[in-house]
Amino acid sequence: MELGVYNSEMRKRTNTIKDNGLKKLKAGEEILFSGYVYTARDQAHKKLVSSIKKSKKLPLDLNGQIIYYCGPTETPKGKVIGSCGPTTSGRMDAFVEPLLKSGVVAMIGKGTRSKKVRELIKKYKCVYFVAPSGCGALLAERVLSKELVCYKELGPEAVYKLKVTGFPLIVAIDSKGNNIYQHLQK
Amino acid sequence: MKNSLKCEIEPLVKEANFSLRRDVLRLLNKAFFVEKNKKAKKALSWILENADIAKRQDLAICQDTGLPIIFIEVGSNKSISCLCVKKIEQEISLAYRKNYLRPFSVSPICRKTPSYEGAITHVDFNPEKRGIRVTVFPKGFGSENKSQLKMFNPTVGLKEIEDFIVESVKRAGPESCPPFVVGVGIGGTSDHALLLAKKALLERVDLANKDGLLNGLEKRLLKKINALGVGPMGLGGKCTALAVKIKTAPTHIAGLPVAINISCHALRSATRELKSVIDEK
Repeated sequence: MELGVYNSEMRKRTNTIKDNGLKKLKAGEEILFSGYVYTARDQAHKKLVSSIKKSKKLPLDLNGQIIYYCGPTETPKGKVIGSCGPTTSGRMDAFVEPLLKSGVVAMIGKGTRSKKVRELIKKYKCVYFVAPSGCGALLAERVLSKELVCYKELGPEAVYKLKVTGFPLIVAIDSKGNNIYQHLQK
Repeated sequence: MKNSLKCEIEPLVKEANFSLRRDVLRLLNKAFFVEKNKKAKKALSWILENADIAKRQDLAICQDTGLPIIFIEVGSNKSISCLCVKKIEQEISLAYRKNYLRPFSVSPICRKTPSYEGAITHVDFNPEKRGIRVTVFPKGFGSENKSQLKMFNPTVGLKEIEDFIVESVKRAGPESCPPFVVGVGIGGTSDHALLLAKKALLERVDLANKDGLLNGLEKRLLKKINALGVGPMGLGGKCTALAVKIKTAPTHIAGLPVAINISCHALRSATRELKSVIDEK
């Protein structure tokens, strides 16, 4: 299954298809995603959420966007990006709600989510994907461009906008709250 | 001396980060052929393809290039100076930077200034070996975060220890990138048990333990762990761990430390005997 380009710039034109596209996905389904994602992990989450709480203007518009929990290596000469696999999602659990409120429609990472986050995903009708974990070289081949968005001082933890193609993802928690890791969680 | 040391250290850093260990690859291939669960098999095929791409393209196997751990083993015919150890650390740091690997540390409290400083070095003296061997072990934190230590009573039964190990692996879950290699350290002091668990990961994972008792324990634990159903990437199937490796040391009569250090499927390390190190006394 190929899920088309999904991002806020395209949102107006493709609103119906794309929204339905995400909401229709079922836990366990594997897709190849093409479109834009924004990397953000621990420190970027802390900064974003702190800004949201203080009602400060964010350095990026999160509405309609997909957050990828990732801190790539440095970019080797002649390449678009270095190794760029997902990091553990659970560490971002505490920051999820403010981001969903700001319009984030999907998250990509690895591993299980807390009960609270599973409920939030259902409430906001978004999707949590897992990407092949520990496969950063394979994923690097599917990144077409990388652009620094903000928090440069964080180095690998800065926010980058990535354009990806054929990015393999598994729906881990769908918009109805179904969860592929149910058997491993209490 | 500096140049020749550089010529020896840089390939070591590259090998450790770009090439999956042969013994690990062997077990991953075996798991791929044995696995019947379609999703788990797909995950294993991604892992194998990733290892292939990383090696061909000089890309890090995983973006988490670890907080590198450096083991320097000094044999009976050698000695090593402080300056030499510092130079090895420096060359590793330079090689990480030069090869576009991720800055591997930040200050622990303010979490600022990502840098290539702070690799962890252990120097050991081994009278049974000759020469100086350096190992670079990039340990990712997805699995390192799941490290466990328990100080058991000396009268504890083996069953309780086994339960603790299996439970710790279960708790590591899909986020620590299974299939794992599970390093276990039993004995010594608390810190020593943790180090033993880490060193256990540097043993050949495709070979049986030479100690009969430990070999039996490793096999039993592997069977129990693989019955957990976590599987590659947590997608189910038979292979939650590729191997369990145990190291032991004499301990105090009042206690029994048991430590667990889990490695993700991307267990990477590279070792070589240094030719260029000379004692500069």
